[in-house]
Amino acid sequence: MAHARIRLFTPAEIVGFIILAVIVFAVLPLVMDSFRLNLFGKYLTYGFVAIGLVLCWGAGGILSLGQGVFFGLGGYCMAMFLKLEASTPEATSIQTTPGIPDFMDWNQVTALPWWWEPFNNFAFTLFAILAVPMAFAFIIGFAMFTRRVGGVYFAIITQAIAAILTILIIGQQGYTGGVNGITDLRTLLGWDIRPDEAKTTLYFINGVLLFGCLLIAHLIRRSKLGRLLIAIRDQEDRVRFSGYDVANFKIFVFCVGAGMAAVGGAMFTLQVGFMSPTLIGIVPSIEMVIFCAVGGRLSILGAVYGAVLVNWAKTAFSETFPELWLFAMGALFIGVVLAFPYGLAGLYDDHVKPRLLWLAQLWPRRRGSPDTNALAGPTEQVGGGYALASKGGSRDAST
Amino acid sequence: MNDDKAPLGSRFRPSRRSVLQGSAALTASLFAPKGLLASDFPTDQVNTTGLAVTDDTVTIGILHSITGTMAISETGSVQAEKLAIAQINAQGGILGRQIEYIQEDGASDWPTFAEKARKLLVNDRVASVMGCWTSASRKAVLPVFEQHNGFLYYPTFYEGLEQSPNVIYTGQEATQQIIAGLDWVAREKGAETFYLLGSDYIWPRTSNKIARIHIEEFLGKEVVGEEYYPLGHTQFNSVMNKIRLRRPDVIYAIVVGGSNVAFYRQLKAAGIDMTEESPLLLTISVTEDEIRGIGGENIVGAYACMKYFQSLENENNLAFVQAFKEMWGEDMVIGDVTQAAYLGPWLYKFAVEQAGSFDVDQVRAASPGIEFNEAPEGYVRIHENHHLWSKTRVGRARDDGQYDVVFETEDLVEPDPFPEGYQ
Amino acid sequence: MFDGFTMGELGAIFAMQGFAGLILFSVFVLMALGLAIIFGQMGVINMAHGEFLILGAYVTYLCAQFFEAFLPNLYGIYFFVAMALAFCVAGAFGMLVEWGLIRHLYRRPLDTLLATWGLSLILQQTYRSVFGAREVGVTIPEWMLGSLQLTDLIEVPINGIFVMTLTTVIAGLVAFMMFRSGWGRRVRAVVQDRTMAGAVGINTEMTDRMTFGIGCGIAGVAGSAFTMIGSTGPTAGQLYIVDTFLVVVFGGAGSLFGTIASAFTISQAQSVLEFFLSGSMAKVLTLLTVVGILMLRPQGLFTLKIRK
Repeated sequence: MAHARIRLFTPAEIVGFIILAVIVFAVLPLVMDSFRLNLFGKYLTYGFVAIGLVLCWGAGGILSLGQGVFFGLGGYCMAMFLKLEASTPEATSIQTTPGIPDFMDWNQVTALPWWWEPFNNFAFTLFAILAVPMAFAFIIGFAMFTRRVGGVYFAIITQAIAAILTILIIGQQGYTGGVNGITDLRTLLGWDIRPDEAKTTLYFINGVLLFGCLLIAHLIRRSKLGRLLIAIRDQEDRVRFSGYDVANFKIFVFCVGAGMAAVGGAMFTLQVGFMSPTLIGIVPSIEMVIFCAVGGRLSILGAVYGAVLVNWAKTAFSETFPELWLFAMGALFIGVVLAFPYGLAGLYDDHVKPRLLWLAQLWPRRRGSPDTNALAGPTEQVGGGYALASKGGSRDAST
Repeated sequence: MNDDKAPLGSRFRPSRRSVLQGSAALTASLFAPKGLLASDFPTDQVNTTGLAVTDDTVTIGILHSITGTMAISETGSVQAEKLAIAQINAQGGILGRQIEYIQEDGASDWPTFAEKARKLLVNDRVASVMGCWTSASRKAVLPVFEQHNGFLYYPTFYEGLEQSPNVIYTGQEATQQIIAGLDWVAREKGAETFYLLGSDYIWPRTSNKIARIHIEEFLGKEVVGEEYYPLGHTQFNSVMNKIRLRRPDVIYAIVVGGSNVAFYRQLKAAGIDMTEESPLLLTISVTEDEIRGIGGENIVGAYACMKYFQSLENENNLAFVQAFKEMWGEDMVIGDVTQAAYLGPWLYKFAVEQAGSFDVDQVRAASPGIEFNEAPEGYVRIHENHHLWSKTRVGRARDDGQYDVVFETEDLVEPDPFPEGYQ
Repeated sequence: MFDGFTMGELGAIFAMQGFAGLILFSVFVLMALGLAIIFGQMGVINMAHGEFLILGAYVTYLCAQFFEAFLPNLYGIYFFVAMALAFCVAGAFGMLVEWGLIRHLYRRPLDTLLATWGLSLILQQTYRSVFGAREVGVTIPEWMLGSLQLTDLIEVPINGIFVMTLTTVIAGLVAFMMFRSGWGRRVRAVVQDRTMAGAVGINTEMTDRMTFGIGCGIAGVAGSAFTMIGSTGPTAGQLYIVDTFLVVVFGGAGSLFGTIASAFTISQAQSVLEFFLSGSMAKVLTLLTVVGILMLRPQGLFTLKIRK
């Protein structure tokens, strides 16, 4: 088996990518009016986070309940740049100190803080959108993983960090905009981001970036690194005893996940037009995990579908039954965890794919390399549900 | 600022008394449009911008949180708006058209507010929106309203520093609410020292900034402490000790939300008896709604400064309170913001009928100077800056959760969202 | 800031401030104890912990209503009945949740996080549908309000003393049960080695259910007590959840002693800082310190060594 050629894409995966591309770039823009399209653009920004979570959680076994932190940091970096651009001395002439963001003026801040200064520069901002969250993820990851902190404990520490960051941002409102967040963003390098046409353009940029992230995630999972991550998830000690430095791999994938979340956050800011601490705290962070769980924690494509579907359901439910949508959301959480631990991707692999194969007879099952099966999804069922062992399940190890 | 020259506004500078006397006569003129027939106002003339206005109906939006942490506060606003809509419909609607509403849930989440605002304006093409409560939600929807030229009636007392052509602010801005109360407490109670306290966000901070400048520069008194606690903070024992240490004459408290309950219960537990007025407690954030959670016995004796109290004894208010309880239940209480939310649909109706059109630009142009004589708080009028001229009152909390009105300003207080000298 | 005060007055104020710190400590312990038991003993994070607290608070509210209407002469003591009821209701509901939800997920600890989060959403909406979106006012018997005059200058809030006493009693009971009772022995056995414990005849399922129930019951009692100091509304549980998690994380998993030590450290730091700085600043500094220490010692202050 060691000599089996590892293909980058199986035909099934190519079809999967193409279907998603058609949906994102053709079906949605054609079917949706500009308002709905912008909403789906917003949902897709959560897709970035969900892809990162598939890498960390599904592949690496690291459940982070603090992805909102990275989403928010990326979003805030972008918002700071846009806010500075919107706060020209002319536009802010009624302030005591013209030329600084309005919320600073309201809070008696009289000069731009030094750490805001670099965000006048777009190139630096782009760099910071990735670098700040990833550096932060590195610090957290380094502190935790080198001391072998993992599992549930890691989850609640990241959650505590999300809560703390929210309180920090709210408390330092003179520098961060507080509860209101950074609002009233207008232009990006002189280009007005508010009209419908701009939103449509942003939607497509968002789609391209999303596919960029999907490709990166796919490459990581196809690489040796990806297989090591699965090994770590399933039997961390054995990997360690084999001579690998487990912590480094975990830190790496955690940083990649953070970077993807940050890109999503920056795109969110551009498409929604503001950034606020409500996107950072415990609640959004957990919801992001749910997107990933609904889509299927092992499938990067599923994660995107999950993010879009849950958010769409949230919008639809709250438009139709505004007083009941929390029940529906809660039931979805419990249902996914209890009945469908592999989410949509699991359902697809289990019920749709075999029938498709049987119908089409396009390619025989299991012709691909063993790795394909290891990554694609569950292939065996135990006692009506997937036997998820505490360390991630035997199903991947069995192939 | 030359509002007095506005055609409608110039006729009245009423004291409360003259409003009451005049209200019967005014009813006739105000509700004359009762007989308006939709057929006199063809839809293609009153609606040239494609709003959701038909020959029989006009659709408006209601955008508040009915889930999440803010649902506690915003429920009353939704109820008041629905009451006003029902009453207007019973009187024949707006330009002969019945009001229908689409209610959306902001879910206490600011991006959701922005999303729902866009949905209401772009998809549903609502003619106007009654909504928002927190500053953060208003800030989130503001660009949407300005981009799509929507029209928002915003009910909450807030920090000012804003004047959008697309918003009518039916609550008081900070100077309206604060200054009269501070003047009163300095004049009547001889207060010399103040301790400013608030939840940590923009409204309490801006309000305390204005209060501090007014206390120090205009009244010549002393501020002995100013501090903020995070939203949702529940432990206030340390601040009690600091208050003991500084011995202020007045505790000026702008604590909000869940913290409110904790703050007043602990204040009482710390042995600070507000009925003795040493120190005296003055708040601008506790309406009758909040007292339900705090418990009347925990806040009895405190003073609150705002524009409306449920216990106001004028005909308008008695009728309003009765109608509200009939619609929503006997045990309902009505706070300042609930009343301000009630004004929204009415002010909209008058503006549309003044303009003879539902078009937002025309309604906006007609809005300054619009008056509402039957307002529960008494006569109000829209200022050119889209805020309301209104009276400011001081009430003293009773143990049954209501306020006794102990003071009200002689005249209407002019709204001044960008106060000179207070920046 | 200390000008114009006699030493006696200053001393009194410092004494009261020390007392305020102790009250905060008691509140933290009470908040976190239920969560710590469940997390420490079962490895399950109960994200619906805040909602169990509020369940206790609503039970207290209903109790107050009942006594007011039917037993007005016993009103002064209704609070004790309410606390007992809150324990039973929250505990029973906790066992129900364990039976219906948690026991299916023991092999997937991360998934319990998500499932209990879903539960918390459902509970919040249930409270909202049943009790309305507004806060309910829980009336407290007159004797529990006000303060106790210890000396001429020192007075301490009675509800603070009440919370402290309650915390001491509950912590004492938990310690007793954990280290002296048969249940405690079983729980500790299951924590140390589930398979062996099962092999020697311990009903591990029942032990888990009891543990979860007791953890939730303690949350219920805490919620009942917090009606004295905080608000009771559908989402009020969220007010406590951040502090609760911080205390548990900072203390280290699986160690009740760690939880108590961490509650003490955080509460004292916060209380002292609050006295000298603004409340908001004090919170920020405390949190930053906690994060800093967590970065250096991510496993928390105390950890239990367990063979995995």
